Amino acid sequence: MKKMSKTTKNNFVTYLMVILIYAAAQTMAVSGSMSSLMQGLLVPLCAYVILAVSLNLTVGILGELSLGHAGFMCVGAFSSAFFSKCMVETIPAAGVRFILAILIGAASAGICGILIGIPVLRLKGDYLAIVTLAFGEIIKNIVNILFVGKDSNGFHFSTKDSLSLGLEDGGKVIINGPQGITGTPKDSTFTIGIILILISLFIILNLINSRSGRAIMAIRDNRIAAESIGINITKYKLMAFSVSAALAGVAGVIYAHNLATLTAQPKNFGYNMSIMILVFVVLGGIGNIRGSIIAAIVLTLLPELLRGLNDYRMLIYAVVLIVMMLFNWSPKAIEWREKHSLKSKFKKKAEEV
Amino acid sequence: MKMKKVLAVALAAAMVMTAGCGGNGKEEKKADSDKIRIGAIGPTTGGAAIYGEAVKNGAELAIKEINEAGGINGVQVEFNFQDDEGDSEKAVNAYNTLKDWGMQALLGTVTSGPCVAVGEVAQGDNMFLLTPSGTAVECVQYDNAFRVCFSDPMQGIESAKYIGENGLATKVAVIYDSSDVYSSGIYEAFVKEAENQGFSIVAAEAFTAESKTDFSVQLQKAKDAGAELVFLPFYYSEASLVLRQAAGINYSPIFFGCDGMDGILAVEGFDVNLANNLMFLSPFTPTSEDEIIKKFVTDFEAEYGHTPNQFAADAYDGIYALKEAMEKADVKADTSVTDVCEGLKSAMTDISIDGVTAKALTWEANGEPSKAPMVVKIADGNYAVVE
Repeated sequence: MKKMSKTTKNNFVTYLMVILIYAAAQTMAVSGSMSSLMQGLLVPLCAYVILAVSLNLTVGILGELSLGHAGFMCVGAFSSAFFSKCMVETIPAAGVRFILAILIGAASAGICGILIGIPVLRLKGDYLAIVTLAFGEIIKNIVNILFVGKDSNGFHFSTKDSLSLGLEDGGKVIINGPQGITGTPKDSTFTIGIILILISLFIILNLINSRSGRAIMAIRDNRIAAESIGINITKYKLMAFSVSAALAGVAGVIYAHNLATLTAQPKNFGYNMSIMILVFVVLGGIGNIRGSIIAAIVLTLLPELLRGLNDYRMLIYAVVLIVMMLFNWSPKAIEWREKHSLKSKFKKKAEEV
Repeated sequence: MKMKKVLAVALAAAMVMTAGCGGNGKEEKKADSDKIRIGAIGPTTGGAAIYGEAVKNGAELAIKEINEAGGINGVQVEFNFQDDEGDSEKAVNAYNTLKDWGMQALLGTVTSGPCVAVGEVAQGDNMFLLTPSGTAVECVQYDNAFRVCFSDPMQGIESAKYIGENGLATKVAVIYDSSDVYSSGIYEAFVKEAENQGFSIVAAEAFTAESKTDFSVQLQKAKDAGAELVFLPFYYSEASLVLRQAAGINYSPIFFGCDGMDGILAVEGFDVNLANNLMFLSPFTPTSEDEIIKKFVTDFEAEYGHTPNQFAADAYDGIYALKEAMEKADVKADTSVTDVCEGLKSAMTDISIDGVTAKALTWEANGEPSKAPMVVKIADGNYAVVE
């Protein structure tokens, strides 16, 4: 233990926390003491945790504000659901199919990340935020006009309506424009979700502590200084951005394979969602990976646990959000917490002794 | 810094614990409950909130009446309506919440997308599901699911048949909302059936939820194509704009709508004369002289202060259908979910109710209601049923 560096220790605490949460949840589920609401929330929680962690890579480590994260999630969700829907008969083994679906979702979202990143990452700050916001909306709108069907002649595409696909009798519409994809096999499980969280953490934490990670953070802290010592800014920015996008795609895969219907609406893949993910990151602490995990869990559970309040639910949720932000980030609150924290008390006692 | 992390971990742990314990507490409560529990799901916040509210009000009115009349099989009914914000994921959460509460049968969900997602889960649990207004075909794809409203294709086909059989027009234009499941579902079925009915579609123009205020382009295209009838398969709020803008360009074809058109005369600031001769398919007309409908409308107005729309009517009939079926299947407060589902599945095909959306309403085993749509025509600022 002594030889471990502080960051390694810190990373292990993060892994351990995820594993402990998994163990606790799994024990409760097996012993039957968990409500069905909680059981139903386990898989979405995994998706949101991955989203928060991956956005933290862009916002916290790369230091760029991205508001298009839901767009990458959307790409991952639709490409993987499309694959699963087509392959449900060809590959009956759910495990193999789902692993392939995850790879496809991650790859397509990653490629989108690179394509969007090339023009977009030349911008900074607010401009980047606005352009990523626009890209997120474009992805959502493209998905909404896309019609894809399959019959014995292969695939048919259209951007008008499902009639103009010209399918033969017995042909199947797979992506039905705004109605999205229905009947995606329910392959997501809590265990796979947790494994994916661990893999994402592994990728991100290792990236942060690698040579590339230090280069990325150097760009964040001082672009000019980083450039002057020969760091290839575009390369590293693109690296962080596309990894972040690919992981968002993985979250999309989990999301898509948890529900029987997949539609791209402002609610789930629009900017509302992007901002929600950003809220996870900001509340948990920009650049703080463990904080993002906790914030994603708390903020996803909160509106569900407040269901008892009926009509006041969303109001209370918003109020709680404000209070939590103030508690976490207002200078006075930080000062108060430092004064009253257990650690400082221990220190005082030690000094007194 | 450390303190914050410790606190955050503690907070997360506490949440998990309370959630788990909450589940326990509810299960205990369930054991001594002596009421039949019916759950419902729909949007009461967000863009589709008006539909969710209407269903909630309609269902609550029916529950109140049933409880005052002695309940189902002599057992009082408890009703719990959960918000899904019109989102599939939230709908599944709402469903699980209701399951923890001890729901025995589900009325819902209100909108199509969430209904398919919930239907999948409900099928796994063998939970009986009756959707008041989920119109997509997939809503009732499993044998535990039934619906009160018409399906999308059925409305499209019936509209096309009515236009064809009555020779209303030979050149027809369609304007539809391509971002809406309901609207595009009707549109597709309508176009398919049009081939069999001897009229041609001369223009099919789409709009989306983001651009639903200006219809001049679509109307101009319909006018240029010489359409004698414009089919409007979407909701009344947008339809009122279409009618106003059509009058603006002196274009007066026959306008024909679907059940979403119901309520157009109540749109604020809308000149009802523009709607004269507007025809639409509807299962429900609040101005009907029928005794049951009259009573429903008066009670509803007394309770909520406005006229019920078809969503409220569907929900009202849905609750009465559940009551009838539950009486037939002899459901009690302690009947298990599976027993309720099996009982209701067979009972649904045997019952026949005189509801506000149809007389002698019955169901097929595939979940579809068998009721004939009425065609309503607006004359002198009032709804009138066309025979």
